[in-house]
Amino acid sequence: MARASFAQATWLVAEREMKTFVSTKGFWIGFVATIVGLFALTVLPTVFGDDDPKVAAVGSAVQVVQGKHLDVREVADVQAAADLVRADEVEAAIVPDGSGIKVIALNDPPNDVIRQLVASPPVELLDASAVSSGQRSVTVIVFGLVFLMFGMGGAAIAQSTVTEKQTRIVEILVSTVPVRALLAGKILGHTILTLCQVVVLALAAPIALRVAGLAELLAVVVPALGWFVPFLMLGFVLISSMWAVAGALVSRQEDLGSTMGLVMLAVMGPYFGVQFFYENAAVLSVMSFVPFTAAVAMPVRMFAQQAQPWEALVSLGLLATTVVVILLVASRLYTGSLLQTGARVKLSRAWAPAE
Amino acid sequence: MLTVRGISRSFGDHRVLDEVSFDVKPGRMTGFLGANGSGKTTTMRIVLGVLAAHGGSVSWQGKPVTAQNRPHFGYMPEERGLYPKMKVREQITWLGRLHGVDREVAQRNTDRLLDDLELTDRANDRLEQLSLGNQQRVQIAAALVHDPDVLILDEPFSGLDPIAVETVLDVLRKRAANGVPVLFSSHQLAIVERLCDDVVIISKGRIAANGSREELRRTHAGDRYEIVVAEDAGWVRDVPGTTLVELDGPRAVFESEPQQVLKAALERGEVCSFTPVVPTLDEIFKEVI
Repeated sequence: MARASFAQATWLVAEREMKTFVSTKGFWIGFVATIVGLFALTVLPTVFGDDDPKVAAVGSAVQVVQGKHLDVREVADVQAAADLVRADEVEAAIVPDGSGIKVIALNDPPNDVIRQLVASPPVELLDASAVSSGQRSVTVIVFGLVFLMFGMGGAAIAQSTVTEKQTRIVEILVSTVPVRALLAGKILGHTILTLCQVVVLALAAPIALRVAGLAELLAVVVPALGWFVPFLMLGFVLISSMWAVAGALVSRQEDLGSTMGLVMLAVMGPYFGVQFFYENAAVLSVMSFVPFTAAVAMPVRMFAQQAQPWEALVSLGLLATTVVVILLVASRLYTGSLLQTGARVKLSRAWAPAE
Repeated sequence: MLTVRGISRSFGDHRVLDEVSFDVKPGRMTGFLGANGSGKTTTMRIVLGVLAAHGGSVSWQGKPVTAQNRPHFGYMPEERGLYPKMKVREQITWLGRLHGVDREVAQRNTDRLLDDLELTDRANDRLEQLSLGNQQRVQIAAALVHDPDVLILDEPFSGLDPIAVETVLDVLRKRAANGVPVLFSSHQLAIVERLCDDVVIISKGRIAANGSREELRRTHAGDRYEIVVAEDAGWVRDVPGTTLVELDGPRAVFESEPQQVLKAALERGEVCSFTPVVPTLDEIFKEVI
C-alpha cells in the first residue's frame, strides 16, 4: 500500500472542501446575489437616469424645443402649461415670451432642461481621463465589495476547521496526513473556488457594461480587471490562512466569534479604507502598497490611471512576500493549536514548540 | 509486531504514563484494560502520533513508527467523529484515499465493509442522519477501509447493542485471522474476556499485568479448587491443611492440598468433578489495579 504524497493529500483535502462548500445553499445565494448586484449597479443607472426630461410647450415655443433631448407635450396656452408644472406632470414649461421663449418651473431652475436650450461653448480638458469620477466611485464600490465578499467567504475555512476539531475527526486526519497538507488543502480548495467565481464575475462585468451601453469603458475596465484578479487572489490567500488559524484556536463553533475579530478587521479594513480615502491620492498611494489594502487600492489606482504598471508589480511582489510569511506563521500556529481542545488556545501557546 | 517500549508522558506536573511497555502480536487480539484515567487513550494517541511521547519508542516490524508508516495503521479514536454532513459511502472512500489507497480500491473496500457491517442501505445517507449505533459502525469502517497493517481501536464496542457487538466482532476477528495485530481498549470486561487473546492491564500510567489471557489466569489462579461429590461434601473441612471456602451440599470450594482432598473423596465414594478455580478477568483486574 502506498502512502498519499503531500500533493495528493493536499488535493484530496482541497477536493473535499470544494465539494462540501459548493453543496451549501449559502454559497449559491451569495454567488447569485453578487452577479445580480453587479448587473444592477451597472445597468440600473442607465435605465433610470437617461430618460429625457418631460416638458410642456406652447405655441411658437414648440419649434424651439424640437430636435432637443426633451420629452415634449404640446398644450394650448400658458395657463394649461403652468397647471402641468404645478401638478408635477412635467419638469418645466416652455412658453413664448415676446420674440423669445421663457421657461416656467416650480421651485428650482431646471438645469437639465436649460442646458438643452442654450448653446454650450466648446470645452477643452487639460487632464482628460477616460474615467469620470462617477465611474471611479462605482469601481471602488465594486472592487471593495468583491474583496469584502470573498474575504468573508474565507470564514468557511475557519468553520470547516472547527468542525474537524469539534467532531474529533481531526485525530484521524492528523494520524494519516501531515497537518500542513490539511492547511494547504483548505486554502487551495477555497482559493480555487474563489478564483472560479472571480472569473465568472470578470466575464460578466464586460457583458453588464455592454448591456448598460457603456462599451467605451471596456478599454479601461478590462486592464483594471486584469490587475484586480491577481491582487484579489493573493489577498484571498493571505486572509484565508488567517481564517484557518482563527478556526484552529477554538474547539466549538460557538467560540469562533472570539477569534474572528482580527480577521474581520483584515477584511473590513481595506474595504472601508478605500471607500473613505479613494479621493485622497496620497493616502490611496500608501494603501496601494500596504499588503492588506493593496488588494483593493492598487487595482483602483490602475483603473483611474493614477499608477504605473511597475508600481502595481512592486505592490504585487510585496503582497506575495507577505503571503509567504503569513503562510509560514499560520502553518505553525495551525499545527500548534489543531489538537488542543477545550478552551480557546492562546496565540503564544499555539506558537510554542510542540511538547 | 507493534512494540511499545518505555513510553512516558506528563501533562504539566502530572505524570500520566510511566515507562509503558507492551507488544501487540500479529494475528492476536490484544485487550487493553484500565480504569478511567489510567492512560489507555493517551497511550493510543501516542502510538498514532496524535500526541508526542516524552520518552520511549513505538516501533512496527522493528522500525520506528513515523509519518511514513503510520498511514498503514487503522485508528478509531475514543471521541468519535467523522464529517456529519458527508455521505457515508463518500466519506469512507475519501478516508481510504487519504490513507493512500487508489480510488477504485477504496470504493471496493468501502462497499465490502458497508456490506459486512450491514450498512449498505444507508450508504448514501449523510452521517448525521444515522443513529448513534450506526454511526459507530461507520467509524469502524473508517478505521478499516485502507486494509491497515495494524489496528488501534479505542473502546470500539461502547455504544453498541449486543447484535452490533457481534457484527463488529466478526469483522475484527476476520482482520486478526489475516495476521493483523489488533489493540483495543474496553471497560466491558466480559467482552474482552470472550474476545481477546492477549491482555494488557494499565493502572495509574503503569503496566500492571501483561500476557496471554490463559497465562494471566494461570498466574492469578492461586490455589483454589472446586470438587463435586455424590453426597454431602462437609467432610472437606476436616482434611488437614485445607481451608473450606464455600460449601453447597455436594459441592465444595477449598484452598490448598488438592491431592489430599481428592484422595479422601475417592475413598469415600464417587467424584463428579474436580477443577482448579480459574479467576475471571474481572477478578484479575480488581486484583492488579
